[in-house]
Amino acid sequence: MPKVTFIRPNGETTVVDGADGTSIMQTAVSAGITEVVAECGGTLACATCHVYVHDGPIDALPEASGDEEEMLDFTACPREPTSRLSCQLPLSPQTDGLVVRVPPEQY
Amino acid sequence: MSNRTVVVAGAGQAGSQAAASLRDEGFQGRIVLVGAERHAPYQRPPLSKGYLTGKVPPERLALRPPSFYDDINVELRLGTPVTSIDVDARSVGLGNGERLEYHDLVLALGARNRGLPIDGADLDGVLTLRSLADAEEVRRRLPAASSVVVIGGGFIGLEIAATAVGLGIATTVFEVAEQLMARVLSPGTASFLVEAHRRRGMRIDLGTSAATITGTHGQVRAVWTSDGRSVPADLVLVGIGAVPNTEVAAEAGLLVDNGIVTDPHLRTSDPHVWAIGDCASFPCAYADGRQMRLESVQNAVAQARAVAAALAGRAEYFRAVPWFWSDQADLKIQIAGLPTGRDTVIMYGEAEQERFSAFCFAGDRLLGVESVNRPADHLAARRLLELGIPLRPVDLTRPGFDLRALASGRSAAVAPAS
Ligand SMILES: Cc1cc2nc3c(=O)[nH]c(=O)nc-3n(C[C@H](O)[C@H](O)[C@H](O)COP(=O)(O)OP(=O)(O)OC[C@H]3O[C@@H](n4cnc5c(N)ncnc54)[C@H](O)[C@@H]3O)c2cc1C
Ligand code: FES
Repeated sequence: MPKVTFIRPNGETTVVDGADGTSIMQTAVSAGITEVVAECGGTLACATCHVYVHDGPIDALPEASGDEEEMLDFTACPREPTSRLSCQLPLSPQTDGLVVRVPPEQY
Repeated sequence: MSNRTVVVAGAGQAGSQAAASLRDEGFQGRIVLVGAERHAPYQRPPLSKGYLTGKVPPERLALRPPSFYDDINVELRLGTPVTSIDVDARSVGLGNGERLEYHDLVLALGARNRGLPIDGADLDGVLTLRSLADAEEVRRRLPAASSVVVIGGGFIGLEIAATAVGLGIATTVFEVAEQLMARVLSPGTASFLVEAHRRRGMRIDLGTSAATITGTHGQVRAVWTSDGRSVPADLVLVGIGAVPNTEVAAEAGLLVDNGIVTDPHLRTSDPHVWAIGDCASFPCAYADGRQMRLESVQNAVAQARAVAAALAGRAEYFRAVPWFWSDQADLKIQIAGLPTGRDTVIMYGEAEQERFSAFCFAGDRLLGVESVNRPADHLAARRLLELGIPLRPVDLTRPGFDLRALASGRSAAVAPAS
């Protein structure tokens, strides 16, 4: 079970046991981390699942597709070099220990 | 406000968001979320797409985890509808006999599929898709089907048809109009979609209405068109639009006119009753204030948030930019704004590559943008509409025009008209 640590906007951290193959977005939603809004349910249509990949095995994540890359220009909170859309980030044994920061706004 | 009670009627996309947003807004009173279905609030979009193929398993449909409502102290009453509203006494009656008093009532009753008034519509194998229960039935039968007919070429019908084609099933869509989704889509995007689906093996008959459905031993066998043709079918999906669930509101004396009528704050004709989502007819800021009803996740969520804010004392005019998506096979269709009333459409991108956006204008005013496989254009368009950043047809045709730069503020505004 790959673990993901979410640093919430209020500073609280929540550690969640994820499942291989599910996305960080799904992991957040099913753990009740509502600051990951995910309005489109993970179909790469909304950019309300923005996170900053903060620490851990960052290189184990796939590179952003062209569409994701372009969409990151339109997140509600400023884009940073570590910005990703979490519905595009699948968990695997290699991603165990990832730490992501959740921005305060998704709209 | 801690001794106030808010009752939310309808535990779908809008109702569940309203309950959650009320807590986000700091509302400390009692919240009761009443739903006719026995399932905790779930997402409908996957029902006509990934759920049917198994790509989205049932447990991933829940909008929020099971413990969520307890955690935020929202009382769930599932499997029991609101059957009456007494606006004078400010109370609702439930199907289970319970009576709940409220200070404010939020109606989030959704819509139901329009029935098909033709012979044979009651045969076994003639289905419709709105709820999880409907989707379970479609999912159970689809793999065994050899020929599917979809009646109605709307978004949900096309999604189901595209899913069936993807499973290798012979699939025909009958659409009575000469254009797909003529009320919503521009003609260019609509005919692109027809061709794109035909390339993938879907049969689409425009200008064709289903006249009768025939069967043997109560089981559907064929659909006959009004011009006398028949297509064999062992599964028929009816997707000819939805009607808002308004009966309980009308019986309570609330104003109803193709939806529960609200003001710009989403308040109904009674000051303590609000209406949101598919069931609400509201004055839309993006349609010059015309009353309209929108059926989309975005509208349900944004209206829920707006009403929660209003109940927390932060009432604002509701003016979120409408947007919508529909995934059909590998085509991601998105609409930002309301492109009806357009007189000019400018294509941006490569239609041959199945990646483009159609910018719809009335004169020099951008009304909305339809995108196919261009999600970043879609977000850019929403940003332009939201911030009122001007964009004219002529700007789009200028060499070197950079949409993303304009919308994300990385380039100066459009050069002034010369
Ligand atoms: C198959 C399908 C696919 C879709 N795909 C997309 C998509 O890709 N993108 C998109 O943006 N939108 C899509 N939509 C539309 C979107 O799901 C709806 O607009 C959204 O669910 C509306 O939310 P709502 O809360 O108003 O209604 P709903 O989510 O329908 O919830 C209303 C609830 O109220 C309940 N109810 C009704 N009457 C009563 C009563 N008297 N008392 C208590 N409860 C009652 C209903 O049973 C229902 O559970 C799709 C819809 C369907 C059906
Ligand atoms: S959930 Fe919509 S883009 Fe990720």
